[in-house]
Amino acid sequence: MVQIQAKMMNVLLLFTLFLNTESCFSTDTTDYHTGSPAASTITLPAGFSSTVFYENLGRARHLAVEANGDVYVKLERLKDGKGIYKLTDTNKDGVADRSVGFGDYTGTGMAIKNGYLYASSDEGVFRYSLKTDINAETQPEKIVIGLWNRRQHAAKSITLDDAGNLYVNIGAPSNVCQVEDRKNASPGRTPCPILDSAGGIWQFKADQQNQSYPQGSRYATGLRNVVGLDWNASANDLYAMQHGRDMLFQSYPALFNQQEGAENPAEEMFRLKKGADAGWPYCYFDNGKKQKLMNPEYGGDRNTPGVCPGKTPSIVQFPGHLAPNALLFYTGTMFPEKYRNGAFIAFHGSWNRSPEPQEGYYVVFVPFKDGMPSGKWEVFADNFAGPGKAQGKADFRPTGLAQGPDGALYVSDDQKGNIWKITYSGK
Amino acid sequence: MMKFICILLAGIVTCMGITGFFSDPVPQQPSPAASIARGKNVYETYCLACHQADGSGVQRLNPPLIKTSFVLGDKKTLIGIVLNGLDQEIEIDGEVYNNVMASHDFLKDQEIADVLTYVRNSFGNKASAVLPEEVTKQRAVNKK
Repeated sequence: MVQIQAKMMNVLLLFTLFLNTESCFSTDTTDYHTGSPAASTITLPAGFSSTVFYENLGRARHLAVEANGDVYVKLERLKDGKGIYKLTDTNKDGVADRSVGFGDYTGTGMAIKNGYLYASSDEGVFRYSLKTDINAETQPEKIVIGLWNRRQHAAKSITLDDAGNLYVNIGAPSNVCQVEDRKNASPGRTPCPILDSAGGIWQFKADQQNQSYPQGSRYATGLRNVVGLDWNASANDLYAMQHGRDMLFQSYPALFNQQEGAENPAEEMFRLKKGADAGWPYCYFDNGKKQKLMNPEYGGDRNTPGVCPGKTPSIVQFPGHLAPNALLFYTGTMFPEKYRNGAFIAFHGSWNRSPEPQEGYYVVFVPFKDGMPSGKWEVFADNFAGPGKAQGKADFRPTGLAQGPDGALYVSDDQKGNIWKITYSGK
Repeated sequence: MMKFICILLAGIVTCMGITGFFSDPVPQQPSPAASIARGKNVYETYCLACHQADGSGVQRLNPPLIKTSFVLGDKKTLIGIVLNGLDQEIEIDGEVYNNVMASHDFLKDQEIADVLTYVRNSFGNKASAVLPEEVTKQRAVNKK
């Protein structure tokens, strides 16, 4: 009897193995979600509501929404071997019920333009035609290749204009271009050699393959690291959010006390014309003095404007270290009038305000008129972090923003991989 | 036979005596408590901004200092990281850390010993103290 049972177990085991092997070789990554959707815990202004469109996608970075409502999300870490997921809400209840993974590379950038999906790795940009269904076997065109990836600030964020151009941020692999990166009292280098290949936004053709530095052009320079950037079609200009430098208090306690170190430098928004120079690494924006001043590594003492008055001024300044990871100009009609053509910014949340309390972990809104800010910024969506904003304890960290064809706003999180869909009904 | 054993024993005793006489006295272990207290100050000035007050580090950027092999393992390697900094991708428990740690060779040997003793005995860590002599020795062979 025991023997028979054992034999049956073996057969069962073999059968199970067979089933598993089947799923191993299967190329269909479609999965259908069942079960009740998670409740959204983020807070919004009156009249807005949200659903958790998808959860636990992992390191979800930027996202883009197709005209049919399908949501594409770029991952910083492969999930089941895939780096991009297409999420579909087939029954239109605000929750995706179908996901398909493709692309075997990690990265941050995700954008849709003229029937193509653009995705970035930390070295370049790929694109896929949306005319046919993308599946796990679809091979993308390589649009941009061979960009600097030196680990620090390696994410390549992207946006496209209406004239066939692709903009790619190449972050500087450095804090402030010192002789020895991040070392106390190590002087800044003049001129900063990094700026030849990074620390700016490069322009490429949106439809040409295998472009690299020689085929592209440096559109704007003097930007330490930009993760959030967007082409504002109504102003016909490129806008970008810079991640400001670290360690002012730690490196220069005689100039910045602990709290001033947490508040400085400003995280800045720039409107960038071709040839703009935002001033990094020579300048920083001092939130206390309300002006752009020389960095201490370049002889600054919190009073010296130096070369900074000649640099492109920022158009909005935020408190220090909030880490702006996405910028989106709202062009929909679902949200009330005040939001039209205004800017949403996803702040990933700070870590280097320690030992001061951390800040950020929210989506803010800046009203705009004629391409320039027309009022003070305000927190739009909050409570992503959960009970506290302690470093490393945040439940979710806003990272990507996208607008749906109906005007809904999507927010991604790269802590657990949640995607929220925010809608307005006025109720 | 008995005489032989006696001589042998005498020899052993003598040897032990001579060894004891010529060897240095066992080095007095300085109080780790004092070193830990000084190390906490060094940590707060030079390390806390990145590795955080509780040693938990920052996801993707700055590695945690909680019970990792870097902290609890070979002291020479650990001292070397403080002297040279660390500019390479490292992986701890499946998480990858990428930020650049600058060289802290400007710290005195005593300060490096103190801060490492503090780190090796904080955040849930329990490991032997790092002595200034160990830092001195490592600095001498460390020439980049």
